Parts: sequence; C-alpha cells; structure tokens
Amino acid sequence: MNDLTPADEAGVAEAVKAAATDAVSLELVGGGSLEGFGRPVQAGRTLRLRQLRGIPLYRPSELVIRALAGTPVGEVVDALDAEGQALPFEPPDLRHLLGNDDAEPTIGGLVAANLSGPARISRGALRDSLIGVRFVDGQGRIQRSGGRVMKNVTGLDLVKLQAGAHGTLGALTEVTFKVLPRSETQSTLLVGGLDAAAASRVMARAMASPLDVSAAAYLPPDVAARSVVAELAGRDDGVVALRLDTFASFLPERLRKLRQHVAAAGATDVLEDQASGTLWGEIRDVRLLTHPLDRAVWRISTAASNGPRLLVSLATDMDGRGFADWSGGLLWLAVAATDDAGAGAIRAAVDAVGGHATLVRAPLAIRAAVDVFHPEAPRLAALTRSVKAAVDPQGIVNPGRMYAGL
Amino acid sequence: MRMPAANQAIIERRQAIVDALGRICPAPESVIAADDEIRAYETDGLSAYRQIPLAVVLPSTTEEVAAVMRYCHEQNIPVTARGAGTSLAGGAMPTADGVVVGLMKMRRILEVDFDSRSATVEAGVTNLAITQAVEHEEFFYAPDPSSQLACSIGGNVANNSGGAHCLRYGVTTNNLLGVRLVTVDGAIVDVGGKHADAAGLDLLGLLCGSEGQLGVVTEVTVRILKAPEGARPMLLGFASNERAGACVDAIIGSGIIPVALEFMDKPAIHAVEAFVKAGYPLDVEAVLIVEVEGADDEIDTLLGRIEAIARDHDPRYLRVAANAQEAAAIWQGRKSAFGAVGRISPDYICIDGTIPTSALPETLHRIGEISRTYGFQIANIFHAGDGNLHPLILYDANAPGELEKAERCGADILKLCVDVGGCLSGEHGVGIEKRELMAYQFDEHELDLQMAIKRAFDPAWQLNVGKVFPLDDGPSAPLGRAA
Repeated sequence: MNDLTPADEAGVAEAVKAAATDAVSLELVGGGSLEGFGRPVQAGRTLRLRQLRGIPLYRPSELVIRALAGTPVGEVVDALDAEGQALPFEPPDLRHLLGNDDAEPTIGGLVAANLSGPARISRGALRDSLIGVRFVDGQGRIQRSGGRVMKNVTGLDLVKLQAGAHGTLGALTEVTFKVLPRSETQSTLLVGGLDAAAASRVMARAMASPLDVSAAAYLPPDVAARSVVAELAGRDDGVVALRLDTFASFLPERLRKLRQHVAAAGATDVLEDQASGTLWGEIRDVRLLTHPLDRAVWRISTAASNGPRLLVSLATDMDGRGFADWSGGLLWLAVAATDDAGAGAIRAAVDAVGGHATLVRAPLAIRAAVDVFHPEAPRLAALTRSVKAAVDPQGIVNPGRMYAGL
Repeated sequence: MRMPAANQAIIERRQAIVDALGRICPAPESVIAADDEIRAYETDGLSAYRQIPLAVVLPSTTEEVAAVMRYCHEQNIPVTARGAGTSLAGGAMPTADGVVVGLMKMRRILEVDFDSRSATVEAGVTNLAITQAVEHEEFFYAPDPSSQLACSIGGNVANNSGGAHCLRYGVTTNNLLGVRLVTVDGAIVDVGGKHADAAGLDLLGLLCGSEGQLGVVTEVTVRILKAPEGARPMLLGFASNERAGACVDAIIGSGIIPVALEFMDKPAIHAVEAFVKAGYPLDVEAVLIVEVEGADDEIDTLLGRIEAIARDHDPRYLRVAANAQEAAAIWQGRKSAFGAVGRISPDYICIDGTIPTSALPETLHRIGEISRTYGFQIANIFHAGDGNLHPLILYDANAPGELEKAERCGADILKLCVDVGGCLSGEHGVGIEKRELMAYQFDEHELDLQMAIKRAFDPAWQLNVGKVFPLDDGPSAPLGRAA
C-alpha cells in the first residue's frame, strides 16, 4: 500500500490526493536511473510513474513529439530516429555514472533533472526544447501548461519551472518537446597541446566563428587519455574537441575553415562521424569520470570564459580530475568522497566567479549532510520556498529532494 | 473593457505621493505628474484604450527602483512597470490609482563578454541597441520582434517576445541568461547570471513572459551569437492556402530548418503590394518567404533543395533573391505588412494566436467564415515555422459599435486557435486584451495555480493589476476610450 504504481494520470492524481488527505509524503520514481541524485527523500509512500507510457502525438513536419512521463528515453529517441529527427539537447544518460546500470531512464526523469548534453551550447537546454507539460500538483489536481506550439506567452510559464524541479513541484505525467532534424553527419576537430588558458582561447575563438560549432569541450591530459577513441587514448596533452554537425556535403569546407580559424593554437586531428560520436557520448554521459565509483562527482555551471581555469585550479587543489564541456561553461569534477566531498572549497571558488555547483554523485550520508544543490541567496531562497508552497502547500511531493525543508 | 475600481483614498493622496517619489528619484524630470506630460503614458500599443495614471516615475538606477517599490508597497499603491510602451495587448496600461515605473532612463550597456557570449544591459535598452553594441564583432542578439527599434529588452522579457527568426533561434526565454529583479517590497534579487541553467528552481523561466506580474526587471543578461556568413530569402506563390501549408510541412519534414518561414494570404499580399511594391505576385492566394543562412555555396545548395520541394507543390510563382536589393525588397514587404494594412483601413486589430502548423488550412478556412459572419475583411500573416498567426481585422473605430464588434470577432478567432490545439498568445502577451479569454484556455483550477504563484511574489496583488488574469467579481469601472 505504500508502494504505488498507478496505470494512468487519473491514478496519479488519486494517489497524490490520497496522500494529501492522509498528510503523508510521496517520493516520485520514474525508471530509477537517477536514484542517488539529489538529497535523500524520507517519504511515507513511493509513487512510481513507469506505467505512464506511450507517445500519443508525433508530427515530424511540425517538429513536435509528446510522450507520457514514464516512457523510456530510448523509445522517444528511436521514434524520432526513424523519421531522421532527434531531441535537440542531446540527452545525457547518467545511469552508469550513478551506478544504476540496470535502470531504464524515463523521459519524465530527464525533464525533472533538466539534463542537457554537449549540444546545449548550440541547440539549447532541455528546458528550451520543452514546450508543454501535464503534471499533478501537490493537491492532486491535474495541471496543464504550455502545449504543442513553440511560441506561447499565455499565462505563467510553468513548463520551464517543472524542468529541473526534481519532482518537488508535482508529478509530471506528460511532456511535449520541440525537436529538430538529426544532422546528416558529424566530425570533430581535436586541437592538442593546450593548457587551460589556451583551451579557453581556442574554444572562445571557435564559438566566435560563423561555422555553427555544435559542441566544444576541454579534456585535460589525465582525462583525454581515458577515452576509448584511438586518437585520444593514452595521450599526455590537454585537448580541445570542437564538433561540427551538418550536411555531409557541407562538412569538408566547414572543417577546412574551422581548422584555419584555430590553426595557430596547436596540432590538430580529425575524428570522423563514428569516432566523433563515440567521444561525445563519453563526454555527454560523463563516462570519462565514472570510475573509480567511490569518487564524488560535481557538476559546475559558470560563465564559459571562467571554466577551464576554475577546473584546473579546483582539480589541483583537491587532487581531483575533471573536464569542461559547453565551451567551458560546464565542469565535471571527481574528488575524494570524504568529509563534505569538497563542498566548502568548491562552492567558495564558484561563488567568487559566479555560477553554481551540484553534487551529482556521493554516498548517502554526505548527500544528507551537505547541500547537494548550490545554496541560494536568502531572498532568492525565500522566493523558491513560496513557489513550492503555492504548488505543493502541504509539502508532500519529494520533500527535501533539492533543499532541506523544501 | 473594464478595470478594477480605483482606490479613491490613494488618489486623494496624489500630491504627497508625487512629492515622495521626487525625493526618492531626485534627478531632473524623474517624476511626471503635470497634465500635459503625463498624457504620454495613458496608453501603449493597444491605443484604443487609455487611462491617465496617478503619477509616472522614471528611476535612474536599480536602487531607485527598489526604493520606489518599497515606498509603494508600504503605501499600498499599485505599480505598473513600463518599458517603451509598445505592448499590443495593453500590458503597460496604467491604473488611475497607480504609479507607472518607467525604465527608459536605464539605458546603459553594462558589460559585453564576447568570450562567454553574453551581454548585460539595463532594462530600458532597446532590443536593437543590444545588437548594435556587439555588431562590430559580428555578433547579434537573436530575437527580433518587429518593434525592435523601439521596444525595450525589459519589455521583451516581460512578454517573452519573439520575432521572425524564432524557428532557428528561439524566443526571449531561450536567449535569456539572467535578470536583476526588484520584488514588490523593494528587495533586489539576482536570478541567473552569465552561466547556463538555474541552480535550483528555474525562476528565470517563470519570470520570462510573466507580464510584470511578479516583479520589476531592471537589468538583463542575454546570450549573444556570432552572425552567420550570409542569409538569402526566396519568395513562393501558391494558388491555395492548402498548397502553401503542404509546402511548409514538406520543407520542415525534409530536414532543412530555414531561419525564417513566413506566410501571407491574399488580402495581406495586396495591401503590401499597393504600399511598398515589394514585387509580390498578385495572382496567387498565398505567398511564402523562406530564408536560409550559411556560406554562399551552402545557401545555393539549401535553396536548390527547397526549390525542388516547392516544385512538387505546384507553385504559381518562385523567385530566389538574386542580390541584396531583391532580398531587402522581399523582407520589406513582410515587415511593412502591418503599416500597409493600416493604409487601406481606418483601424485594425492585430490578433496574436498560435496554432499547430498542420491546422493552418483549416484555421484560415474558418477565419474566412468568421470574416463573413462579422462583415470585416481579415488579412492573415503567419510565422509558419513556429505556428504564430497574426490575423489583422480591418474595421472603422469611428463607426458606433464597430470596436466592440471587432473585439468579439478577434475573440472568436482566438477561441478557434485554442480549439485547433494552439493558444491565445504567441508573443504579444495577454495584457488586458485577452484577460477574460484565459478562462477559455485554462480550467479554473489551472488559473488558481497560476494565481497562487503570482501571490507567492505579490501577496497583496499590487503589480500590474487588471492584467493577464480574468477580473474577479470585485468593483470595476470602464476603461477610457480613445478620442
């Protein structure tokens, strides 16, 4: 009775309403692939959304797809792939990083965590592609926001609010995305022999070209060497990877121009379609830092121009290992999972330059003791609390998942 | 059109309030209260209605905005934030007992960071001025509403403004990194910054498009982008709306995403051609403007593919812009469409619904029926790539009862947009114009939730009153009409 798996949205609404009536809290679970991400929730009941499954609407010519929240991400990706389309934000799959290898990621879980891959810098975040949601609020009411059209300024935008809310604002039941054609081919230019400062310059230069570079990452020597891609495996220099996604006939000329654009910066290699895909998969899913599994893993968002320098200084100070994606704007950092897993030092360094740090992987005891999500300034935190109270007045859905007492 | 009844007790304190605002904002010409000067603030782009506010204050800094908000909060005075006043939905319409906080003295570009591809500006900076501040490095700010010369970035944030290039670059919310927000009680809160994504809940996403209901934005950080090497449009004409619609579907389904995909129907084409001689064909029912960007040879390839797709849909007319002048002429036609319609009719109402692209032929057919029922001519302009439909209802405001009739006609069209799976507003906002229609799109408990979130930011309901949400059953008074 304390483990509920409703068959449909109405069943979810009933379950939340019952929990509200009984004043019992609920932990929301999709496919379980993100288990261990966020603060531990102590809830009286578990609400599983995996039976809400299916794709009620997909119109390739309108670039729109709608899926029930428990639909496996793979099913959505396959449906799009069959029509030559894709989710623009390149969804990461963190189940291996989080040690949930057997779990099946769901589209609702992906939205709840607002996870975006390397293409975030060129095609936007998950929340930018998300154009409609249905969810059950903390009172058990079925709510709609947005719809199936990308331009919509009709009332408050609760779609964005749900992306990244980690289920603290209700149970997602259905999500609608704007999608894009999948690119015909991809290719990656590797620029080697770079330290952090040089890497920053190369990435900024590449992004300031009109060539539509779709992804840009910096891999310091100890991380580049961990790749399974032959051109990287065993290297001992820092590498910037720059990706072009385009029509096959456009690629040679774009690659030539990109090489010219960054040439002065170091020796270059090119990864063709398949090897390029492999490397960006390793970056997207954070496989380069998955092992050893007992290390804590941080995800840091900062202004792109700060990233590589911040990465190297934190990695050096904390005996950590990491890399920068999003042209330097996203850092992944693995450190020892002892004491506060470096929370104090990392947050102080991030606060000094602007941004935020999330403890994505750590033992339960540490996640219960330190702030998993970056603490907000007092007045912003007060607004966050009042929004939570408006959507979930009794505080019964995923209480404490993001912040203690929220 | 009605507004909540004004609080007479506040109106009686007008002089004291004006004096206090003058002490908070001591710079010359910061407080406007004289009859002849305040009239400039009595309406916005929805110029059929007007209401003179209690006072207008034009702060110079975020701190002054905060002090004004604190004062108004303590004194229980309603506040309407105003940028350039170009809202087409009455989003900046004042109240008789309220203070207008105008942001147009705050026009500084605070920081441009090309390495992080961001720009931080004050809220009164115009949309186009952001691009002008970065174009020497061949960067630009992507959202380009047609009012971009005049409209402020603060207003763009309030209305989540779009433009003709959203299909490729998204709307304001997709290009927004951070804001400095002044809350109703005068606290200054930074939401977001130069980094991507929120640390906690995405309050930035909630604020964007909230039409001044949640606070006053004084500074804005946006993403700037490198300009493409080039762009070129082609013009297509079709014998029916259905054929044009099918061609749009086929282009998007082919894997090419044009940067712009604009549709105009016959009444719009004729109005434009009579006005600017853009070279549009007159013997077709619909035209499409399709623009792609990239290097020159890439553009040739893409336009060649689009031409091949279009030829499968029996176009009556097909022309690729051969040079910059022809490209400019094609765009001038589209960009002057509203002005062109204004020339052939004493007045018009611009509707701003959104529909699924596949519903275009059916929607236009039913708009034709609505047009005949009401006896108004309607010209349709459509951002076909993103589903944003702008029917222009041509009417004469001087004829008794015609404004009300045209508004009913517009409401019927918006209900139609909702019925076919779209929504009430794509980029203009709800404002006062579509307030009562919100109950058509949303169920009561859905509006309850939105209003609960509004109250989380504005418990006493002091910010931009009478907008977005249907008026409650409390006392109300008719809004003034244009002379």
